[in-house]
Amino acid sequence: MKVAFKVNGVQRHVDMAPLARLLDALRGPLGLAGAKEGCGEGECGTCAVLLDGVPVNSCLVPIGQCDGREVVSVEGLGAIGHLSPLQACMAEHGGAQCGICTPGMLIAAEALLRRNSDPTAHDVRTAIAGNLCRCTGYERIVQSILHAAYELRSSDKGAAE
Amino acid sequence: MVDAKKARETREPVVGENVVRVDGAAKVTGGARYVDDIPPMPGELHGATVRSRVPRGILRAIAFDPSFDWSDVTVVTAKDVPDNVVQLIVDDQPVLAAERINHMYEPVVLLACSDKAKLARAYAAVTLDIEPLPAVFDMEESLAAETVIWGEANVQNRYLITKGAADTDESEAAIDVAIAACEVVVRGSYSTHHQEQLYIEPNGMIAWWDEAGAHATGSLQCPFYVHKAFKRCFHLEPEQIHITQAVTGGGFGGKEEYPSLIALHAALLAKKSGRPVRIIYDRVEDIEATTKRHPSRSWIESGCDRDGTLRALKMRVMMDAGAYVTLSPVVLSRGVLHAGGCYRWADVRIEGIGVATNTPPNGAFRGFGAPQTIWAIERHLDAVARQLGLDAGELKVRNMLVEGDTTSTSQTLRGSVGGTECVERAFEASDYLARRRAGPSVLGRKARGLGCAVFMHGGGFTGSGERMLKGKVAVDLLAGGRLEIRSGSTDIGQGTETVFAQIAADAAGIPFEHVSVAVPSTTHVPDSGPTVASRTVMVVGAIVERAAKELAARVEASRRPGETFAAAGDRLLAKEGPQSALVQYEPPAWVNWDDKKYKGDAYPVYAWMCDVAEVEVDLDTFEVKVLNFWSAADVGKAIHPLMCKGQLEGGSLQAIGWALSEEVVWKAGAIVNPRMTNYIIPTALDAPPFETFLVEAPYEHGPSGGAKGIGELPMDGGAPAVAAAVEHATGLIINHLPLTPERLFAAWLNSEAAQ
Repeated sequence: MKVAFKVNGVQRHVDMAPLARLLDALRGPLGLAGAKEGCGEGECGTCAVLLDGVPVNSCLVPIGQCDGREVVSVEGLGAIGHLSPLQACMAEHGGAQCGICTPGMLIAAEALLRRNSDPTAHDVRTAIAGNLCRCTGYERIVQSILHAAYELRSSDKGAAE
Repeated sequence: MVDAKKARETREPVVGENVVRVDGAAKVTGGARYVDDIPPMPGELHGATVRSRVPRGILRAIAFDPSFDWSDVTVVTAKDVPDNVVQLIVDDQPVLAAERINHMYEPVVLLACSDKAKLARAYAAVTLDIEPLPAVFDMEESLAAETVIWGEANVQNRYLITKGAADTDESEAAIDVAIAACEVVVRGSYSTHHQEQLYIEPNGMIAWWDEAGAHATGSLQCPFYVHKAFKRCFHLEPEQIHITQAVTGGGFGGKEEYPSLIALHAALLAKKSGRPVRIIYDRVEDIEATTKRHPSRSWIESGCDRDGTLRALKMRVMMDAGAYVTLSPVVLSRGVLHAGGCYRWADVRIEGIGVATNTPPNGAFRGFGAPQTIWAIERHLDAVARQLGLDAGELKVRNMLVEGDTTSTSQTLRGSVGGTECVERAFEASDYLARRRAGPSVLGRKARGLGCAVFMHGGGFTGSGERMLKGKVAVDLLAGGRLEIRSGSTDIGQGTETVFAQIAADAAGIPFEHVSVAVPSTTHVPDSGPTVASRTVMVVGAIVERAAKELAARVEASRRPGETFAAAGDRLLAKEGPQSALVQYEPPAWVNWDDKKYKGDAYPVYAWMCDVAEVEVDLDTFEVKVLNFWSAADVGKAIHPLMCKGQLEGGSLQAIGWALSEEVVWKAGAIVNPRMTNYIIPTALDAPPFETFLVEAPYEHGPSGGAKGIGELPMDGGAPAVAAAVEHATGLIINHLPLTPERLFAAWLNSEAAQ
């Protein structure tokens, strides 16, 4: 099946079986290895991407459902030298240790911050509850995301003034 | 113009600063390449492992479905293995089972194919004919040795630690007399269960052969373990083996010894097929086949004065090694060495026994035996306090080791003993004493309580281990006054690269950005010893510091007046060629350990910690939520305070998971729940907010002003602190992990509360 969809802002095409996983399309023909496979059954969240702005586990999304839609993976958030405030905070405030959960964690956090610019710690914990981390105890991840929210609010205010 | 020399001299030190971790940008952009992110090599095959699926038996035959097209499938069996042993401590584990099957997930046949779908069909086309034999799954059944499954009587290892009265008579008589003479005697038994490391990146390896020899790259903690395993299995010269770490998505011990087996499997398939072979475990295979934390049972009898002064300890610890020895002797060793806890005992007899069962070999997991025995001794101290009518926190403080005291192995603590300050900080932050005195708070059907654990954890290899290991690092001078550290120590998320660069930058007096860390590859780095045992910063970091200092001194010595460090370095390189400092670790001269008597300086120094947990127990469902977690840890010197806290918090949450929700469920040797769906680790909503304090009681031989190893430390305290808090909240005394709602409910049914 030929699927045409936007990936990180760029129109892309793949030709795969309709039930092939979005995760395999990203990691295979599209060459985007940021999303990881931690369990393959939607439990760990390391493969999370935004599908039309909504965080989904790409291991559970058939590629056949992606035609005409828009996917954002961790590679779409920012690149080395051009980190988004969220990415920078995750690196600076101890949110990433081994880093394997980080791409999915960033996607979940990005989705949260797009709809809630001033989240509480509990909002953050709820938003990332589908993303397992075995290294950090989550405390520094929560702090990183709260720092990013603060920075984003500050820069928005600066831009408005 | 800025005076370069002055700029260098006024350069801000980075030790103690929260610099951005060097791999941070790669990890937040998806740019970090973990093993399965490495693009396929030309001609690469996927590999798969056919396992026994019988817990014990004799392999009679392997049948390959003749109707299946095997033409493009590579098949490897034990007959293809040059030397069928996984090199570690004891030569009992085969690379592939040849005849004897000793656990449910024993690898028997390897398959490789370029087409993943066909590989799955090939897997289904293999049938193993195994004649079942009676299997043993229980430690005590194993010890009884009615069915012999390992060696002569199933016992792999024994240790005995004695002190005081027990020194004169190693039988139990002397310690029994010492205990009987005490005013108060308390007995108890305690047990712990399996725990899966559950690093989020599953195990995986890619192997290939070329004219240079055998290559393997993948997710691993200890490249030189894999190197030794290849040397043995393939009878290769050391220079023919090239093992390289890929970015590794967590290890926690689970990638200490097991990756050797996967790398050997991939290399066997690669050798036979003449192609590169990639083996990536899926989550189910990873949970089923790889190592776990050793289950344990402990029996304790102790004597103390009526005022709570501890006197005599008799303890027996049994650990379940699983089907093969792997690292179990060392795990049991660390277990018995930590069994007395952080307390002052005059008379001690601690016996450790490691027995075999027909379950997959248990292996390294953060804490390495100590969480098991510390669970027992902390719960026991809670029992002593209960009997005396004292608060457990007060009892622990009264008996904590201080400088000049001797441990269970008669080691005199020479300094860097920050336990008291840890307790003060954690108790103060949590208002522990007042809240404990106030009793539990019950609101409707929810009860809240507080509990504490106090513990110390030895840094580096046990006893004479570091002396035998002779870990090495090299630091090279690069163009432009830069340094590169070459070490076999791996960064598996804990921040090794960053901390090593901080240590070297300050030691050499150069900017942090001018230090890089080479990818750990056995071809290019010296053997620094394994990345285990809370030794990387404390032991290997100390020689990184020495090597960087030595090299910088060489540059300084050749420096002309007014010349920059970079210019002097470049001139030195031009004139004298490559400049490198290779330094080998030497433990402090006073470290004295008697391996026969198990007496002396078990570890050169200990990191300390005090945890206070606050829990809320639902009195209808018996779910336990950890509301708050305060801890204070004596880390010697915090080289990167943020990463220190990250280690402490992450380790504490693993301990909380072990205590409350993580449970490997077994049925006749098989794991019933090998998935993230039903092996439950804590999520962000299950995790408490952590308030973590760093205490610095410097260790004179630690790097950068006295850093100690803390990687394993936080794993020791979470479980007993949570159990003590549950007891405070509900009165339920749980001495056997885990504290799942089902078990708490069962305890409640048996308690007075239910009557």
